[in-house]
Amino acid sequence: MDTRDTPEQAELRRTARQLARELGPRTVVDFDDAKRARRLADAVRDAGWLELRQQGDDGGPLASGVEAAIIADALGEAVVDVAFTGPVLAADLARRAGVHAVDGAVVGFAPDLIGPARVSGRTTTNAVHAVDCAAQGPAIAYVLAPEGDRYRIVQVPVDGAREGADLTRTIRPIPAGVPVSEVAGSRLLTRRDLEAWAAFGLALTSADLVGLMRGVIDLTVAYAQERRQYGVAIGTFQAVQHLLAEARCLMEGALSAALYPAWAVDALDADDARMAGRVAKAYCARAARTVCETAVQVHGGMGNTWECMVHVYLRRALLSSRWFGDDGEQLRELQRSRLGVADGLS
Amino acid sequence: MDFRDSTAEAEFRARLRAWIADNNPGLPVSSTDDEYWARQAEWHTALYDAGFFGLSWPTRFGGQALPSVFDVILDEELAAASAPPRPSLGYLVQGITTHASEAVQQRFLPGLISGRERWCQGFSEPDAGSDLAALRTTAVRDGDDYVIDGHKIWTSYSDVADWCFLLARTDPAVPKHKGLSAFAVPMHQRGIEQRPLRMINGITKEFGQVIFDGARVPAENMLGAPGEGWRIAMTIVSHEREPGEVGYVARYAKTVKDLEKTVRANPAAFRNDQRDGVAWAYVQAEMLRLHVRRRLSERLDGPDHGPGGSIDKLLMTWVEQSVGTAALDLAGSGAVIDGEDVALKIYLYSRAQSVMGGTSQIQKNIIATRILGLPTA
Repeated sequence: MDTRDTPEQAELRRTARQLARELGPRTVVDFDDAKRARRLADAVRDAGWLELRQQGDDGGPLASGVEAAIIADALGEAVVDVAFTGPVLAADLARRAGVHAVDGAVVGFAPDLIGPARVSGRTTTNAVHAVDCAAQGPAIAYVLAPEGDRYRIVQVPVDGAREGADLTRTIRPIPAGVPVSEVAGSRLLTRRDLEAWAAFGLALTSADLVGLMRGVIDLTVAYAQERRQYGVAIGTFQAVQHLLAEARCLMEGALSAALYPAWAVDALDADDARMAGRVAKAYCARAARTVCETAVQVHGGMGNTWECMVHVYLRRALLSSRWFGDDGEQLRELQRSRLGVADGLS
Repeated sequence: MDFRDSTAEAEFRARLRAWIADNNPGLPVSSTDDEYWARQAEWHTALYDAGFFGLSWPTRFGGQALPSVFDVILDEELAAASAPPRPSLGYLVQGITTHASEAVQQRFLPGLISGRERWCQGFSEPDAGSDLAALRTTAVRDGDDYVIDGHKIWTSYSDVADWCFLLARTDPAVPKHKGLSAFAVPMHQRGIEQRPLRMINGITKEFGQVIFDGARVPAENMLGAPGEGWRIAMTIVSHEREPGEVGYVARYAKTVKDLEKTVRANPAAFRNDQRDGVAWAYVQAEMLRLHVRRRLSERLDGPDHGPGGSIDKLLMTWVEQSVGTAALDLAGSGAVIDGEDVALKIYLYSRAQSVMGGTSQIQKNIIATRILGLPTA
């Protein structure tokens, strides 16, 4: 047992952080800099990060869940406006179905954002949301078509555009009535496959929350050192110090909880991995809400303006928390699996 | 990053699990019952004699020099079997190994680790709690001895201790942090009076007050150099704040398992918020177990006496108080009708966690200034 990064993992962490710092947005104005966004997207693609969970020569993914989580953490830390988790989840799902995800593919989610959308006919019948895909241009979303107790992976085109709460990642809606097409060569997915995939989703969204907590705490500590009131830096006040100290503790606890599912997705069976993911997600989602709200508060009036970066973290936290189920959802699932609570009990 | 047991770890875990199955004393949760404290020494020596305590400490003092992650395996297996937690005294070992001479270490560590000699920690005083350096107990040189006068309070295990790890003022002329020294004071002597202190949940055998009135300690029992007391105390309290050092993970896990069992027996008998409280307590306890795995893995890089223990302490406090609150809420009116209710006692005891070993407010001061680098006024 040794939960430290291997030298390779530590190197990946350094590289990912450096890239995120250099090409990520520093101010809200940077979101409009299309040239930067393009360089960023190219850099992520060139680094091979979108293919991490494609099938490797040995049949398993090219890289482990730990590597994917390290990158998710680094991108969250700098609230980087590039699709990563979406394409990586699509690649992971496609691999389990025995195919390579096509370029630009993401997974289409049901409106609750907890799991993949399901379709039963030749067109979509309910709204589907393509989460964390490229902001513009054509894309495709994988959804599931149930067949007996298994699921076929099928695809739908994405062309609409809408801005969600998160300013750094796109949620594009797919209306009802859009044609569904086959994914050539795919095999049926079992319930187990989907559980293992959901565990990976819980691990990645938890890692993203850990990163963004770290990022927003750094930003807020720097602000508290520089912002002066009553003739002194506000960071000298215990009231402010204690808020930030609590935030740091929450981030550290979240990190400890989130490392385990990232490792577990490749090392443990689907049930155990998903349980690890649920624990991490419940903790990270609650912690991130508090940490981001603290950051807004410590920024005072500035924190309530569009120009201040803290709301970018809070907004990203809202999507990462909700995606694959927020803390309330995870506790409900833990009630079912650990406390024997049956459906319908209120 | 690898959460799997190595071959040696797996072998140890299996051996430990088999031993616990045959030797679990089935004591009540430590926070609820005097029986636990009365039989704690027995549990300590049983664990030690079987080769399951003092795992990461040097062999010359009776330890096994194993990597620190073996301690979390111990916690996990004790938790899985609902066995009592390991004795929490690693922080004293850290203080002595870091600051005392080899001769002093040889004299005291084997008995401390094996449980043959029992220790208490004489730091806090009625007028020196958070402001520990304001303590007034004095140690005055008299020939080959020091003579101790003063009043210590909130002293865990003072009723059974053979030795007191005492912090006393040896030089009143210098600034308050610089005039303190640490001693190993024999408890069985005239000049020391031990009075039990009843906690808010009614237990009497966990901690007490100790009155020193002309007690004597040989000068050679000084731990570290004269005036080094504050630094030693800081080494000790930084580790006293680490769940990896105190082993409370097993205690929380045991309570959470009991709560889960209660709900499973009849889920419909509880409201959703009560069940959520139990599920959240599970999440918190799991987080702490994993946090200890991370912190003890980091120790593979070498020991660290830094302020990180303050983060651990706050996390541990939130866990204990989440568990305590979940227990109280689940018990409903039972905890109000019956003053001896176990959930009531667990809840009341949990309030101490944000005070003992340094209040949560002190931890936040330390984190803000020493970890976040925020300025002081």
